[in-house]
Amino acid sequence: MIKKITLPLLVFFILLAGCRAQTTAPTTDGTGEIVLNDYIENKGSDTIVNLALAWAEKYQDVRPEVRISVTGGGSGTGIAALVNGTVDIANASRQIKGEEIEAVEANGSSPVEYVIARDAIAVIVHPDNPISELTLQQISDIYSGVINNWSQVGGEDRPIVRLSRETNSGTHVYFLEEVLRLGEKDNKTLFSPDTLLLPSSEVISAEVRQNPNAIGYDGLGYVTEDMKVIAVARKPGAPYILPSALSVNNSEYPIARDLYMYTAGEATGSVRDYLEWIFTAEAQAIVEELGFVPITP
Amino acid sequence: MSTTLTERIVTRLIRVSGYSAILFVALIFYFLMQSGLPAIAEVPASTLFSARWYPIEDFFGIIPLIGGSLVVTVGAGIVAFPLGLGSAIYIAEIAPRWVREVLKPLVELLAGLPSVMLGFLGIIVLSPMLRSSLDIPTGLSALTASLLLGFISLPTIVSVAEDALDAVPKSYRDAALALGATDWQTIWRVTIPAARSGIFTAVMLGIGRAIGETMTVMMVAGNAPVIPKSLSVFLSPVRTMTATIAAEMGEVANGSTHYHVLFFIGIMLFLISLLVNVTASAVIFKQVRRAERILS
Repeated sequence: MIKKITLPLLVFFILLAGCRAQTTAPTTDGTGEIVLNDYIENKGSDTIVNLALAWAEKYQDVRPEVRISVTGGGSGTGIAALVNGTVDIANASRQIKGEEIEAVEANGSSPVEYVIARDAIAVIVHPDNPISELTLQQISDIYSGVINNWSQVGGEDRPIVRLSRETNSGTHVYFLEEVLRLGEKDNKTLFSPDTLLLPSSEVISAEVRQNPNAIGYDGLGYVTEDMKVIAVARKPGAPYILPSALSVNNSEYPIARDLYMYTAGEATGSVRDYLEWIFTAEAQAIVEELGFVPITP
Repeated sequence: MSTTLTERIVTRLIRVSGYSAILFVALIFYFLMQSGLPAIAEVPASTLFSARWYPIEDFFGIIPLIGGSLVVTVGAGIVAFPLGLGSAIYIAEIAPRWVREVLKPLVELLAGLPSVMLGFLGIIVLSPMLRSSLDIPTGLSALTASLLLGFISLPTIVSVAEDALDAVPKSYRDAALALGATDWQTIWRVTIPAARSGIFTAVMLGIGRAIGETMTVMMVAGNAPVIPKSLSVFLSPVRTMTATIAAEMGEVANGSTHYHVLFFIGIMLFLISLLVNVTASAVIFKQVRRAERILS
C-alpha cells in the first residue's frame, strides 16, 4: 500500500520542485506606479558563470524588480551572442578580439569593456602525485608534448595525460598564449595533438580527481580540496608561488588574468545600474568568496 | 459527391505531406552545401586533409576527426552486433512467452535513455574502472565511447532484428524440425538466413545511430584529434566529427572559414550516412530479387 503511493508522491514533489513562486513584490517608484520588471540577459564564459550567478542572486535583494538570466557556454559564445544582439552583457575570460569588435561595430555600436574581477589559473594534479612545483617552461613543455612522462620532471614513472578546455574557452586561449607560448608574440608552440579537449570544467575536475596520470588547469574558483594545486615559478630559480588572492594582486603568481564583461554600446537603464553595483564592496566581497580576486578600487 | 470531394482533399493532403519530406531533405542538403562548400575554396585541400585539427590557429585537418568517428563506430558495432543479435534470437526464438513480453518493452525502454546521462555514467563509473583495470593512461578513450555507443545502438538492433526473426513464417521452422534439425540448427541454418535482410537493416540502423551520436561521445571520448594508426587507438582518446561540430559550432563567427569547415564536416557525415543507407538498401534489394527468383 505504502509502496503504491510513494512513486506518485515522489513524482508530484519532483514536479512541485519545478514550480517557482512569484513572490517578489513589485516595487513602486515615487509616483506609486508599479515599475515593470526589467530583464537582463547575461551570457558567456564558463569561468565567470558561477560568479555571475551569485551576483544575480544577490542583486535580487538590492533590486527585486530586475530579473537577470545567466548562462555559460564559453567566452566566444557570449561575445557571439553580443554580436547577434541576443544578450545585454557578455562575460569573457579573455579580451575581445579585433574581429569581434568589428562584428559588433558592423551592427552599429561599439563594445564597452569592464574588468569585473581577476582570476588565477591553477595547474592541478591528482592528490597522490608527488610533484608539487613546476616552472612555466616545464608546464609549456608538458602541454606541447616535449615532456611525456612524469619522471622527466622528477615524478613517478607514469605517462602524462594532458587535460585542457575546448578551444572555444577563454581559459584555453589564455593558457595557450601565456603558458604554452610563455607570453611571447612570435612563439608558435601548439598544444600536443593528444591533449584531451574536455567540454567543461566539471569533466576536467572529475578526471583529475581520479586519474594520477592527469594534469589539468582551471580557474582558481573551480579548485576543490580533493585535488592538488601546483606551485608555479616564472623561470628556473625563481620562487615557486601558489595561486591566492594575495599572490595574484601583487603579481607574484604568473598565470593570472582579468575577467571581463562587455556591453554593446554604453550601458543604459537597469544594465548600467547593475554594472555599477558590481563594483561596490558588497558585490566584490562575493568575488573573494568564490575564490576569485576582487578588483581593488 | 461529397465523398469524392473529401477523398480528393485527403489524397492531396497526403500527397503534400509525402512530398514535404523530400522537400525538407532537399532544403537541408541545399543549406549544408551552401554553408559547407565554400570551405573547399577557402582552405587548400592539402590543409583540409592534413593531420592536424586546431581551428583557432587555422589548422583545419579533418582526417583525425573522420578517423575518430570510424574508430568509435566500428567499436560500437563490435560491441553491439553480437549482443544485439543474441538478445534478438533469445527474445524471438527461445524465451517463453512471458519473458518475451517483459524483455521486449524493457529493451525498447533502453532506447529512451537520455544520452547525456549515459555520458555522465561513463565519466563517473566506466572510465575510472577501465583505466584502473586495463592500466591505460586515461579512461576517457575510444574504448569507453565504443562501449557506451554500443549500448546506445543495442535497442535499435535488438528491436529491428527481433521483428525480422518474428516475421519468418512458422512453416520454415516446422519443416526444419520435421527434418530432424535441432533447435539450434533450426535457428542458425534456417531462421537467421531467412531473416538476413532484416538483420542487416538492424545493424545498419544501429551503425547509423552510433555514428550520429554526439553528447555521450563528446563527454567520454577525450576529444583529442589524433589520427588512428594501429589497434591501440581503442585505448587512447579520439575526437569524432559530431563532437567537433557540437563543441565548436557555438563559438564560431557566422560565415567565417571555421564555420564553413564545420559545415563541410557536416557534409562528410551526410555522405557517410548516405553511403551506409545506399549499401544497406542495395544489399536488401539484391536479396529480394534472389528470393523472387527462387520462388518463381
